[in-house]
Amino acid sequence: MVEKTNILEELERIKMDALSALAQVQDEEALQTWRRAYLGKSAPVMQVFSNIGEVPKELRRDVGQGANQVKQVLESALEERAAYVREAALQHKLTSEKIDVTLPGRKPISGGLHPQTKVLRRIFQIFAEMGFQVYRSREVESDEYNFELLNIPAYHPARDMWDTFHINQPGVVLRTHTSPGQIHVMRELAPNPVRAILPGMCYRYEQISARSEIQFNQVEVVAVGKNITFGDMKGTLNGFVRRLFNRDVHTRLRPSYFPFTEPSAEMDVECFVCGGKGCSVCKGSGWLEILGCGMVHPTVLKNGGYDPEVYSGFAAGMGPERISMLLHRIEDIRYFWGNDVRFRSQF
Amino acid sequence: MKIPLSWLKDYININLGLEDLARTMTMVGLEVEEIHVVGLPKPEGQGRQEFKITGLAWDPEKFVVGQINEVNPHPDADRLVLCQLDDGSGEITVLTGAPNLFEYKGKGRLEKPLKVAYAKEGAILYDGHKPGYELTKLKRTKIRGVESFSMVCSEKELGISDEHEGILILDADAPTGKPLADYMGDAVFEVSILPNMIRDACMIGVARELSAVTGEPLKMPQRSVAVTGPAIEGKASIQITDSTLNPRFVLGLLEDVKPQESPYWVQRRLRLAGMRPINTIVDATNYVMLETGQPLHAFDYDVLKERADGKAPTIITRAARDGEKLMTLDDIERTLDTNAILVTDTAGPLSLAGVMGGLESEVTSKTKNVLLEGANWNFINVRRTTTALHLNSEAGYRFARAIHPELASWGVELGLDRMAAWGGGQIAKGLVDEYPAPVNDPVISISEDEVTRKLGISLTAAQISEILSRLEFTCTIDGSTVSAKTPPHRMDIGTGVIGKADLIEEIARIYNYDNIPETRLAAELPSQRNNPQLELEERVKDLMVAMGFQEVITYRLTSPEREARILPDGEDNTEKTYVSLANPIAPERSVMRQNLLSSVLEILERNVRLDERLAIFEIGSIFLPVEGQALPEESNRLAITMSGKRFNFAWDLPESGELDFYDLKGVLENLLNHLQVKDYTFKPVSHPSYHPGKSAEVILDGQSVATFGELHPRVKQQYDFLEPAVLVAEVDLPVLLSLVPLSFAITPVSVFPPVLEDIAVVVDEAVNADQLEALIRQTGGKLLADVQLFDVFRSAQIGEGKKSMAYSLTYQAQDHTLTAEESTTLRNKIIKRLERELGAKLRS
Ligand SMILES: [Zn+2]
Repeated sequence: MVEKTNILEELERIKMDALSALAQVQDEEALQTWRRAYLGKSAPVMQVFSNIGEVPKELRRDVGQGANQVKQVLESALEERAAYVREAALQHKLTSEKIDVTLPGRKPISGGLHPQTKVLRRIFQIFAEMGFQVYRSREVESDEYNFELLNIPAYHPARDMWDTFHINQPGVVLRTHTSPGQIHVMRELAPNPVRAILPGMCYRYEQISARSEIQFNQVEVVAVGKNITFGDMKGTLNGFVRRLFNRDVHTRLRPSYFPFTEPSAEMDVECFVCGGKGCSVCKGSGWLEILGCGMVHPTVLKNGGYDPEVYSGFAAGMGPERISMLLHRIEDIRYFWGNDVRFRSQF
Repeated sequence: MKIPLSWLKDYININLGLEDLARTMTMVGLEVEEIHVVGLPKPEGQGRQEFKITGLAWDPEKFVVGQINEVNPHPDADRLVLCQLDDGSGEITVLTGAPNLFEYKGKGRLEKPLKVAYAKEGAILYDGHKPGYELTKLKRTKIRGVESFSMVCSEKELGISDEHEGILILDADAPTGKPLADYMGDAVFEVSILPNMIRDACMIGVARELSAVTGEPLKMPQRSVAVTGPAIEGKASIQITDSTLNPRFVLGLLEDVKPQESPYWVQRRLRLAGMRPINTIVDATNYVMLETGQPLHAFDYDVLKERADGKAPTIITRAARDGEKLMTLDDIERTLDTNAILVTDTAGPLSLAGVMGGLESEVTSKTKNVLLEGANWNFINVRRTTTALHLNSEAGYRFARAIHPELASWGVELGLDRMAAWGGGQIAKGLVDEYPAPVNDPVISISEDEVTRKLGISLTAAQISEILSRLEFTCTIDGSTVSAKTPPHRMDIGTGVIGKADLIEEIARIYNYDNIPETRLAAELPSQRNNPQLELEERVKDLMVAMGFQEVITYRLTSPEREARILPDGEDNTEKTYVSLANPIAPERSVMRQNLLSSVLEILERNVRLDERLAIFEIGSIFLPVEGQALPEESNRLAITMSGKRFNFAWDLPESGELDFYDLKGVLENLLNHLQVKDYTFKPVSHPSYHPGKSAEVILDGQSVATFGELHPRVKQQYDFLEPAVLVAEVDLPVLLSLVPLSFAITPVSVFPPVLEDIAVVVDEAVNADQLEALIRQTGGKLLADVQLFDVFRSAQIGEGKKSMAYSLTYQAQDHTLTAEESTTLRNKIIKRLERELGAKLRS
């Protein structure tokens, strides 16, 4: 004869046993063991369900309800404990997983543009916004384009200004400047207005040293149209220089001489390193020579296909290597074509 | 050009400090490169020093004019003397070893006391005994038992010149006791003369520019010696055979001269200007040249007379005959060509016109009568001669840049005057002056509008005229137009529209560039165009950089031998036609390159020990001669090289393995894909630089656009490379970029789930991967979204000459979820096709 109270007491005992065992559970594995032991098929409370047939009919309802209650209590206790175990495990993980953050990082593979490509792009970009577009021309040039058409006849004193590489072919030279591009672009566009940037490699017969190279980039700027003035040249070049050096730098123009411009000038920029106070970059002078410029010579206009009585224009030439050397305090121009990875990786 | 301040002050009042003066000169076009102080105090810069300042300042307390009254022998030393010297405050004994005082030794009180530069104890000066210029401080010391605490100085010790043979003896009127700096302290401005400003390669020229900007009047030199001699007429004559070569020739005569040492102030000025004093005759020619810009040449009149058999000499000027010889006064026999101009007499060549005198007729210390030449020469001929002979002289430098013929007679008059003033003699009355080709000084008309149009400033005709008049243009105003006549000392003003530009430059220069306000370009904007070639090249650079490559830029100048290194065993490459230099700086930079592989390989070689993974590229031009054409073809190439570890080293990762053919191939594929180039194929290629089994070319639109591969081991040997394979590629950019589409369409991203599955097939070794993949793609059609090879496997089980290729396939439709049936059908279709066409067998 099964007593109702006995069964209910038994259920209460099962519950207490299970809860006290659960209180001991500290990790996921123990949690699973507990689940099998107290909520699995052969768990005592489950046995009550499977043996319900042996319970007298009139007690079945109460016993069933009691067992269900116990099962529900155990299930929610399990859930609670599981949450506790997971939180404890996470806390443990967080406190134990400590790394040496000062160990070196893994270096990704990264490429890079040559510093001169970067400088050229910067120059192109600034001038592009003022409507100047890039026009390239050849490096092996005829004497005619490199000199004659630029108002530098043979035996003219101005020829001294260029130490020229001659090709074993009469009348052919390695261009000494990008100025032949002026004639090329003018002849292509005349009589329409011109605003062009002429970049590229030029060559000069010199000994290679820390200060001089036989091969160097030059960027020339040329504008031709109606009513273009010396003041426009100043405004355009000052605007460029201010943007290139990212500040409100002062500039000055000194009279100079180039056969293809008149009037001609050298532009100095107040040293952006010391602000004009004098430092090693500007050799104490407070000024940096940055470009040569001038109003396009009437002979050059004529050779380019423009009537100098109607049209005028300006041209300017600068050395991107010099600009980089100033910007990055590079003391040796040979670094550029030397391409040592220890130099290149710094850009 | 060296401009001593004291000399410049003969012609203009200067009330500016050294730096202000240098800035004024620079801003008018006379760029000052250096201020060399010779006694004057150095400008005090507060950190900023606008100009390079060198030299020695003489402390007024320590350096004074001393007067030597007596020179006595040293009791114990033959080579030393004891001077009784008055420094203005009393007589003291000064010890010196100057040989030029020995002649006064033991002569008692000197009748004419010697004026010297005296330095007191504590003076800072240059050490005369050490090479170069080393500063030293005068200290009290004992020399051979005689106490010494001061000294009389040589020019070197004072920084005037490198003369240290004896002490410097000043002119007799030097005021005893006066601080030396006040008496003769100076500063020399090193001015760079622009090619079109040769008129300013002289003291008066510089003074004239300063006068124009400061308004101080120009003081022209005056003659100081009366002309008392008999007329020159009948004593010499001139025959000019070609007036284009020799527009003017002037002769003057000075009789009864006694060449001697010039006054000290003359010597000092010449030295400071960079010339060596010789005697009064030579010094006067040099002095006048530095003063006026007109080179002069002095002949020994008696030598000429003797050559003319005692008759009056006839000077003949003409072009040299080819191969004609002349011994110039530097004792070198010169062989001339027909560009050279000669000054000859009836007996033959005398001097190389405008460049250098001849040895025979040169003046000497024994010369009694001087015939002085002031001439004018064709600048092109002089220039050709100085270039051909590599002969640089002060005269040649000036004549090669065009000197105004008007200066010739003035130069001769001043020259004769200086010679007579410093060395005596009688100046013959008159000159012999042949002037067959006078210069027509251009008269230029320029209007207010023209100035405004070019400079952007508004000047009235009166203002324009005022500015030009300051430069000695003769101006007349007619309404708004100024007519300006060029002054007779400059040859740089052209005519017509060029002359106008020349005048505008002069106006801007004197107005001051800095006073012209900046404006923004208001002229019509040209129609905007792009530069597709450049833009695509820049895109290629960005893609390469994104793939981890470093861009390099290298020399385009190379040598055939250097380029031959990319051929096995460095095959002879010298037969090849190159764009070659006539005047290379070195044999290894003698031709323009014809490939970019050499360029990048040289850079790789240079860096191979610096990094264990190197990946570089260059975009640049190569130069290919074209038959029957003067100018070569210039064409851009992309060269790529990589070598070493596949990934960067990290402290806790295993070695990554080395880069190989497929790494480079992946780079090229990626590049092509990102350029949106489609339907390219890879084909094995035979190329001498590459490993025959590991090289390929990229075929696009039927053209080869690139070759690449592993460097041939025999080529690799020629470089200093390490163990890992070197991979290289060269891409023909113009061809590739011409095939890049202007725009492209994307494939929509499907919202329906993909079905993934792997298949592996066994095929013959002869079946290439691209055949398999192409067939899979073709059969799969639109529903086959992707094909990835994930394994290539060979084994005994698979069989000899066979390989297993495993692919992972992605099926996906744009418009519905694929059913299992659809994917199975597709799979079976693919397998059947592979079996049928390539003999493939499905691997279970
Ligand atoms: Zn600075």
